Amino acid sequence: MKEMSSKSTPKSQTLNNLEIPNDPDTHKGIELFRNGLLFLTKRGLLAWLLLLLLWMIASKVSDASFLPSPWKTLTSAKALIKNGTLQSDLLISLLRIIAGWLVGSTIAIPLGLIIGQFKIIRYLFEPLINFFRFVPAIGFLTLFLLWFGVGEVSKIALIIYATMFPIIINTITGVIAIDPLKIESAQSQGASKFQIFYSVVIPSAVPNIFTGVRLGLGGAIVAIVAAEMLAAQNGIGYLIYTSRLYYRTDWIFVGIFVLGFIGYLSDTLLRLFGKVVLKKYGVFEKEAK
Amino acid sequence: MIKNSIELKHVFKKYQAPTSFFAPKKENPFVLQDINLKIAPGEFHIFLGRSGCGKSTLLNIIAGFLPKTSGQVLVNGHEVAAPGRDRGVVFQNADAAIFPWLTVYENVSYGLKMQHFSEKERTPIVNQSLKLVGLDQHANKYPYELSGGMKQRVQIARSISNDPDILILDEPFGALDAQTRRIMQDELIRIWQKTKKTILFVTHDIQEAAYLGQKISIFSPAPASNIYKTITVDYPYPRNVFSKDNEQLVTELNNYFPIGGR
Repeated sequence: MKEMSSKSTPKSQTLNNLEIPNDPDTHKGIELFRNGLLFLTKRGLLAWLLLLLLWMIASKVSDASFLPSPWKTLTSAKALIKNGTLQSDLLISLLRIIAGWLVGSTIAIPLGLIIGQFKIIRYLFEPLINFFRFVPAIGFLTLFLLWFGVGEVSKIALIIYATMFPIIINTITGVIAIDPLKIESAQSQGASKFQIFYSVVIPSAVPNIFTGVRLGLGGAIVAIVAAEMLAAQNGIGYLIYTSRLYYRTDWIFVGIFVLGFIGYLSDTLLRLFGKVVLKKYGVFEKEAK
Repeated sequence: MIKNSIELKHVFKKYQAPTSFFAPKKENPFVLQDINLKIAPGEFHIFLGRSGCGKSTLLNIIAGFLPKTSGQVLVNGHEVAAPGRDRGVVFQNADAAIFPWLTVYENVSYGLKMQHFSEKERTPIVNQSLKLVGLDQHANKYPYELSGGMKQRVQIARSISNDPDILILDEPFGALDAQTRRIMQDELIRIWQKTKKTILFVTHDIQEAAYLGQKISIFSPAPASNIYKTITVDYPYPRNVFSKDNEQLVTELNNYFPIGGR
């Protein structure tokens, strides 16, 4: 009976089984803390804070050349920026990625549209696509060096190769998945086959093409780093690979973060482009809802 | 040849099962069996039948989306071979049928653009169609900004702007709520009376058939459906759902669709 009566008097509230005194200031503080935590989690910052914390602890207990601390990595990055290597490596990698990705997209999108549209061409190409898409770009590195020389052409050819498969496959899917009602409604308005192709099929496939282009960009970054590691005198991949010669694990960390940053930033920009420019084609329709 | 007419002579339809090297050829039953029908110019004609009875199949054959197995399908006295702009189609699923990347105005001018009408020629036609269906205030909106009823208005407007001889509607109001459906039914009657198009309207809703149709063709149940009977409804528009005439008609139509029986 005594327990019952103590429960019914709300002198103090419980939060996660913790007794909290019924004091307005404490409540305000807890609310502020909770809202702050929620904000950090939603913005994706909490994950980074936790990683940083873990990294700091791990680097404290291990050797500096085995696992450099965040601060060591930051000062190394500053030094690399000061002597200009980081900028020039970043620039050359970016130029290779953008060139290869643009050329790859320009070839892959029309190819995917045509393969998707015509059954006979699909039967002709699909076995080859499904075979070669499992051969990673890096497998062709030596051949491309042999065929296109040690200059930029072979590296950009490698990115083109890596970019093309996700774009072709997604574009084909987009063309095949088009709702037959859209075609029928164009037909009953007197549109010719060619008119239907450019005015109905292509716009319908835009969301899938966009997905392909995004995946292609990821493929391009993977391919260029691999190529730069094995056959280049500059670029982020080269930076990471040569670091081992000088036993500079901190440079490796700088390279890794730059790569992640390139990918994240470029994908964010692409998504923004999709949301603003391609909204009417239904890109990100599910996210908007 | 009578303009804007539809004539069906001994139309049969069966779907061909896909045959392979290993599977022996199998004969499917007929979906439609010996359909004979004449639809006069300017008529509001209803296909009424249960789900799966083949009324949509027949409509797709008339629209030119499906091939028939045998018989004759004549529109304006010509054999139907392919879809064409002489037969405007309004689909039930507006989300799939209208183009989401075009505005309402662009959707309605699509057919004219494909026929190489100049912008100067298109503008008055499109504006007139939009006004007819009451969408002139929403011309610059995208389909995702529209309600279900408005999307069906877009479909009707884009068909009208192509100036078809025949307007084919496949359960166009089936996905709308009861109130919007009633409004759209009244709108369709108004548009029909104004444009004097021949209308072919498919529904499984007896009330809807009684409210809209001049002629109601009743389909027998699947398989091997045919038109059991065509009823002429001669009392005038606008119809009152609660009138004696309407009650009598609905009762009569109900008798063709016994609950539980086939």
